[in-house]
Amino acid sequence: MNNLIDLEKKINSELGTKINTSKIKHNQIYLEIDSEDLIDVVLFIKTNKDTKFRQLIDITVVDYPERTKRFKIVYLFLSHEFNQRMILSYNISENEVITSLTPIFPSANWMEREVFDMYGVNFKDHPDLRRILTDYGFEGHPLRKDFPLTGHTEVRYSEDQKKVINEPVKLEQNYRNFDYESPWEGTKYIKELTGSNDKKN
Amino acid sequence: MTKKIKNLNLNFGPQHPAAHGVLRLILELDGEVVEKADPHIGLLHRGTEKLIENKTYMQAVPYFDRLDYVAPMNQEHAFALAVEKILDIDVPIRAQFIRVMFCEIGRILSHILNVTTQALDVGALTPSLWGFEERETLMTFYERASGSRLHANYFRAGGVHQDLPAGLETDIAKFCENFPKIINDLENLLTDNRIFKQRNVDIGVVTKEEALDFSFSGVMIRGSGVPWDLRKSQPYDCYDQLEFKIPVGKNGDCYDRYLCRIEEMKESVKIIKQCLSKMEKGPIKTFDGKITPPSKKDIKQSMEALIHHFKLFTEGYRVPEDEIYTAVEAPKGEFGVYLISDGSSKPYKCKIRAPGFSHLQSMDYLIKGHMLADVPAVLGSLDIVFGEVDR
Repeated sequence: MNNLIDLEKKINSELGTKINTSKIKHNQIYLEIDSEDLIDVVLFIKTNKDTKFRQLIDITVVDYPERTKRFKIVYLFLSHEFNQRMILSYNISENEVITSLTPIFPSANWMEREVFDMYGVNFKDHPDLRRILTDYGFEGHPLRKDFPLTGHTEVRYSEDQKKVINEPVKLEQNYRNFDYESPWEGTKYIKELTGSNDKKN
Repeated sequence: MTKKIKNLNLNFGPQHPAAHGVLRLILELDGEVVEKADPHIGLLHRGTEKLIENKTYMQAVPYFDRLDYVAPMNQEHAFALAVEKILDIDVPIRAQFIRVMFCEIGRILSHILNVTTQALDVGALTPSLWGFEERETLMTFYERASGSRLHANYFRAGGVHQDLPAGLETDIAKFCENFPKIINDLENLLTDNRIFKQRNVDIGVVTKEEALDFSFSGVMIRGSGVPWDLRKSQPYDCYDQLEFKIPVGKNGDCYDRYLCRIEEMKESVKIIKQCLSKMEKGPIKTFDGKITPPSKKDIKQSMEALIHHFKLFTEGYRVPEDEIYTAVEAPKGEFGVYLISDGSSKPYKCKIRAPGFSHLQSMDYLIKGHMLADVPAVLGSLDIVFGEVDR
């Protein structure tokens, strides 16, 4: 359907309880569902003649470490026929395994590999779940919020061993993350410092 | 007696001139026929998305230059548009024309590189020599506008960094007069060339359905006959005021994709000409002092401007909480930015959707059953740049 409001109504009436929330913003439709309904919803929006979201643009994850359902999985769809975009999302907890979309969209293969690599989210029925962007033998999941920006290991060529070796990161100066947000009240790290001094005195 | 035949595993790259950078392709060969291709990517992975999460919105722009480094400004455009939509600010019309003009220059830059190196991969040396001369001219335009030939860092949320220097517009107009002749020269060398056709026609055929299934975009989907271009279907900036055509292929093979690219360059020249004629003097970025840094002159005279300058270059501007996906038609396909802001001056999450990633993914399926010698031809027509695939 060419009209976003009609489209939202159509999806809500056809899928009913499977859609938790839906909204229209920035000319796109945002849907929130439960993880177990993923396949049903995706099959519907892909095949229904009024939606025809034939292309999976991307899969990604947003990490909210403070929440119990830590990861928000996001799917971006595009319908060429009706010139619409959709953002589909649901939340899962850290150890939950989610269903792979590869049988429905072959292009999900690498996107899910990337999600697995970057966030450590596991997929069920994925044909080839390997790391994709990080180095061979890499440990950890770099895009998680608790992974440090400087990483854990650094690589160099060792003249003694005549090979490339991994070592723990050594920084000449610690990575500093300045908090510029409130210069009048004093930055956060200064407040913490003075706070701890106060306790000592 | 039967002899046992074993398939040969071959490493194509990462140090191979036709691998277009750092692709490690593990090929399983049966004689000369490719049975399976397993691309290993990530050798140029720099963690762009992680870095952007730790930088302010203004500091994030240069990272986009380093994605697809043959057409830097197109990437910046996607990010600038995403931030503008969240902040809900209008871009002055002159800035829109400047941005569109430089995006089209980027498209020509990228297509020249791709067309000529694809020819190089299948054995023609001359086109790259001719094409690179033009790229050099275009990069001097980049340099005159932004200060650097490649990593421009020119687009800002709300406009562009600075106005065009005097004389640049006439020089670009001059280039637009001369360049179609160069395209013709390249076409004379390649389009009807027997060897070039033998190497490209009916190689790496993609049907419409497969192009949709594999998330293709840009020339890869248009080459297969789907008339889809974001500049037309979801126009951003001033594309809706410009007239241009969308070349569409028929057979979806490497040759059709080459033809599409050639035609797109001609259309880009038309767009640049229109931009030049429609461009009028005026502001080049939004006046909102909370987003745009003040001019040097104001800083010397106004206390308020000084404070703004200080705040913008330490804290940066804050972006209200929101979630958005914006895409632009980059030379290689749909380049998108999925941005989540949390009200602070740094993005909470910035996912970059690179067209090359989906294209390279289909390598296994495209090359299956082809000869080893077709690998560079298919790879060339996919238009892979590792800056954006690996991010």
